Amino acid sequence: MTLPYSELVMEHFRNPRNVGRIEEPDAKALEGSPACGDMVAVYLRVDEESHRIDDIKFESYGCASNIATGSIITELAKGKTIEEAKTISWEQAAGALGGLPPVKVHCSVLAVDGLRAAIQNYEERHGLVAERVPTDAVEVRHRLKHVMNPEVGLDLVRTKLVQEIEVAEGVVRVALDMAEDHQFANNIREEIVEKIEPLWDVERVIVEFVG
Amino acid sequence: MNDRLVYLDNAAATRVDERVIEAMLPYMTESYAVATSQFGYSLGLASKEALDSARAALAALLGAAPEEFVFTSGSAESSNMAIKGVALALGEKKGRHIISTAIEDFPVLHSARSLERQGFSVDHVRLDEYGRVDLEHLRELIRPDTTLVSIQAANQEIGTLQDLDAIGAICRERGVLLHSDATHSFGRVPLDVRQTPVDLLTVSAHTLHGPKGIGGLYVRKGTPLNKWMDGGFQEFNLRGGVENIPDAVGFARAIELVTPEETARLQEMRDRLTARLLGISQSRVNGHPEQRLPHNANISFRFVEGESVLLHLDLRGFAVSTGSACFSRSLEGSHVILGIGGNHERAHGSIRFTFGRYNEPGDVERVAETLADVVARLREISPLGKE
Repeated sequence: MTLPYSELVMEHFRNPRNVGRIEEPDAKALEGSPACGDMVAVYLRVDEESHRIDDIKFESYGCASNIATGSIITELAKGKTIEEAKTISWEQAAGALGGLPPVKVHCSVLAVDGLRAAIQNYEERHGLVAERVPTDAVEVRHRLKHVMNPEVGLDLVRTKLVQEIEVAEGVVRVALDMAEDHQFANNIREEIVEKIEPLWDVERVIVEFVG
Repeated sequence: MNDRLVYLDNAAATRVDERVIEAMLPYMTESYAVATSQFGYSLGLASKEALDSARAALAALLGAAPEEFVFTSGSAESSNMAIKGVALALGEKKGRHIISTAIEDFPVLHSARSLERQGFSVDHVRLDEYGRVDLEHLRELIRPDTTLVSIQAANQEIGTLQDLDAIGAICRERGVLLHSDATHSFGRVPLDVRQTPVDLLTVSAHTLHGPKGIGGLYVRKGTPLNKWMDGGFQEFNLRGGVENIPDAVGFARAIELVTPEETARLQEMRDRLTARLLGISQSRVNGHPEQRLPHNANISFRFVEGESVLLHLDLRGFAVSTGSACFSRSLEGSHVILGIGGNHERAHGSIRFTFGRYNEPGDVERVAETLADVVARLREISPLGKE
């Protein structure tokens, strides 16, 4: 019998580490939404002097790889300063689990985004953030690097699917070199909207399939 | 703790009955000739006889004549053949409008979609919260250029049965052909084409402890249908190619072994399981509470995701299915749950249990107990449902 998951993924799925909540946390974030599928919540206890993550816990509403990636990011982040933890990438998270099937790589992105959102929440609470900047094509492209092409498990930018990005008056238009009736078209559309829409000055996201 | 696999995914595939295999074997090693014409050699005649009697048995079960039953490679082919065959036969003459539902299984859904790309228009009939067709809406949707209505007999996921008698009566009254995918009800829910006005009916062996790769299409005499597969004159000149005699024999034997008593036994297990699972908080039945397949239960558990449930169950020796997006090949939540007005969350936490011949009464208790434990564990780590 061959399961699609590595032994490490299965181990973290069966016995996830650092599960649960921290009462009155120094920061928290909830990433994803039940409408689009998986969710991950991250709670932090941070030392005020050193900005070191003393304790971290997570909760997951999702598949095995969502649970496993949530678990592994808590292990990777615990004991690190928030600056160090910010640099943890989804590649590192997936790698620490012995790899993920391409179609599940987006789960590691979600977990890492959850961690980063929690850190951002900490920075906001402690007045550590810079001023808000208007969204531009560069920022949109950056965010699209967090949307996976489930076929190969690499992001849309790296797999050269992003043909055009337009940002005008709160409307972001993304044109993808992909057919409208592609197996993953609907999934990718939802993921893009989920990643771009929360930007403070974005009102609407239009995804066009021009392949 | 549990060394025997409890298989509860009989809507996807079934264990082939030993008696079916026994019936098939001689047609691979002894009577292996093709079914020849009546003027052929005796080994070919024996094959022809076997094919004819398998066909007659299957047709008889539907109340059809043998020449109205075409063997295919399974339900996907049957539905493709019916929908595209009628479209090709009538597209020019009558029109290019098709009516179906949003919750059909993929062969019907995607056949209609593929015709849409070729210029046909497809309308979906409104459904109620259980997935039952709104008959008034169906009546409204039928136009002079409507060539075909394709509405399933029973739903593959949520088990809801359609009122085919009423649907057929409307189609008949308006002079429109009716195709129905009966893959999941065939053998378990009686249907007689002398009573039910259906013109084309998809059936398959793989859900009834028969072999994979064999199915059938009932074609009412006189139904306009283009030849599906070019080749010889096999299958009443509708489907060319060497006939699959061992599987046809297996299909007939499989259907012979399905009895109303057995179906009642499956229903009893299903009812007990449903009652047990509804004892878990924040759970609900998907599909119609009564008008549903006797061997199908489909329950959604809030705040948990189906693939995780499935994997935990697999590790403990249970096989089930889910409508979760994480589990699907397209990463989309069940189009059936969404099609009856359910949200992504309900699809995400939906689990389907389908019973078959090899389930034992004790399976119900075991899966119910294990599932309650798995759901509790996953809810513990879920960020949802805590406040």
